[in-house]
Amino acid sequence: MSAVMTAPRWRDRKRYLWLLGAPVMLIPIMGGLLVEATGWSLFWWFMPLVVYIVVPIADALVGEDRNNPPESAVADLEKDRYYRWAVYSAVPMEYATLIWGAWVAGTASLAWWEYLGLAISVGMVTGISIAVAHELGHKTDPFEQWLSKIALAPTGYGHFYTEHNRGHHVRVATPEDPASSRYGESFYAFLPRTIAGAMRSAWKIEKARMQRRGLPTWHWRNDAINAWAMTPILFGALIVAFGWIVLPYLLIQAVYGFSLLEVVNYLEHYGLCRKKLPSGRYERCQPTHSWNSNHVFSNVLLYGLERHSDHHANPLRGYEALRHFEDSPQLPNGYAGMILLAYCPPLWFAVMNRKVRAHYGGDLTKANVVPRLRNKLAVPATA
Amino acid sequence: MQYKKWRCLICDYEYDEAVGAPDDGIPAGTRWDDVPDDWTCPDCGASKDDFQMVEVD
Repeated sequence: MSAVMTAPRWRDRKRYLWLLGAPVMLIPIMGGLLVEATGWSLFWWFMPLVVYIVVPIADALVGEDRNNPPESAVADLEKDRYYRWAVYSAVPMEYATLIWGAWVAGTASLAWWEYLGLAISVGMVTGISIAVAHELGHKTDPFEQWLSKIALAPTGYGHFYTEHNRGHHVRVATPEDPASSRYGESFYAFLPRTIAGAMRSAWKIEKARMQRRGLPTWHWRNDAINAWAMTPILFGALIVAFGWIVLPYLLIQAVYGFSLLEVVNYLEHYGLCRKKLPSGRYERCQPTHSWNSNHVFSNVLLYGLERHSDHHANPLRGYEALRHFEDSPQLPNGYAGMILLAYCPPLWFAVMNRKVRAHYGGDLTKANVVPRLRNKLAVPATA
Repeated sequence: MQYKKWRCLICDYEYDEAVGAPDDGIPAGTRWDDVPDDWTCPDCGASKDDFQMVEVD
């Protein structure tokens, strides 16, 4: 008893910072208010300005947090419903912004670059909401599973719900995973491969699940179908409310939103590879199979998603309990800064190829390498 | 006694008692009850509690 009394109680210093994830969803609306206040139409682009300029600088200035919650505190952290509500609250904010954007697109007379800025700003919100859907989709609680699909509906990426857990987590950091990028593969080569691969994989997984349950593939309990179905219902309702003029807005924000998820996928496992065991299975996923980032600022905005090494090694751990590991490879900036790098392949290769080579001690036969280079390096196909 | 199969609720990995999980040092023929409690799903890291018995096909 006395030992418990005297041990200083560990306090989660990030506890209230996690509340910042939800208001991020409202930044495009703040941009609209700034347009109103200043008359500067640049503020229709407020969200990308914040994410691509303010966040990378803040990450560089605020820096990293390598502290981990003590193991003794983890059980209490994960039981604390507060952290779940901090995530739930982001979903109504996402919808507020999406609907506000549709109202603006439908009622204000915008020049094309203003309309585009609005759609991209909202697309960043619905894209970041995939991180929210991700946190929810890992849980087995039916309410969280539904909320996850609702968060995915604006981007039309409902199949992410199936594919992420049953596809990506199973095959991560192997050449078989469409969402794990390969050494020497540019983001622009990765994008079509991951979009098509994820859809194909999700459909296959759901088809097999439906077969096992003795149900037809085309059935509302098919999680790809019921999650996808929300998108045309949502878009249809917004078109009925605000007219056909909102259709380009809806499509642009959806494409931009899921492309944002995919560029994040691109930087999470670039070049990293699990060893194939003699049994034909791959070794278990370790923290070394995902790039990690401890940058506080962007981690708070993304519900700890950037502590990705621990997430993949221990996918059921809540975001508030994710840890830093010394041996996991580290990204030089948070996701926002790394996205900018990924958009410029020569810069990306200059920074990241060196890091992959260093991680494997110069031995690229251990890396997940693009097939074109694999032949040149004479890497066995399954290494 | 017939061997049973257990499926991971998170990722669909199947633990077949007849096959075991040799990569994790669990030999073929190990009954579900004898799989150590700290063993986790090799594909997604879910705990033993997240597995459900499935009908033998």
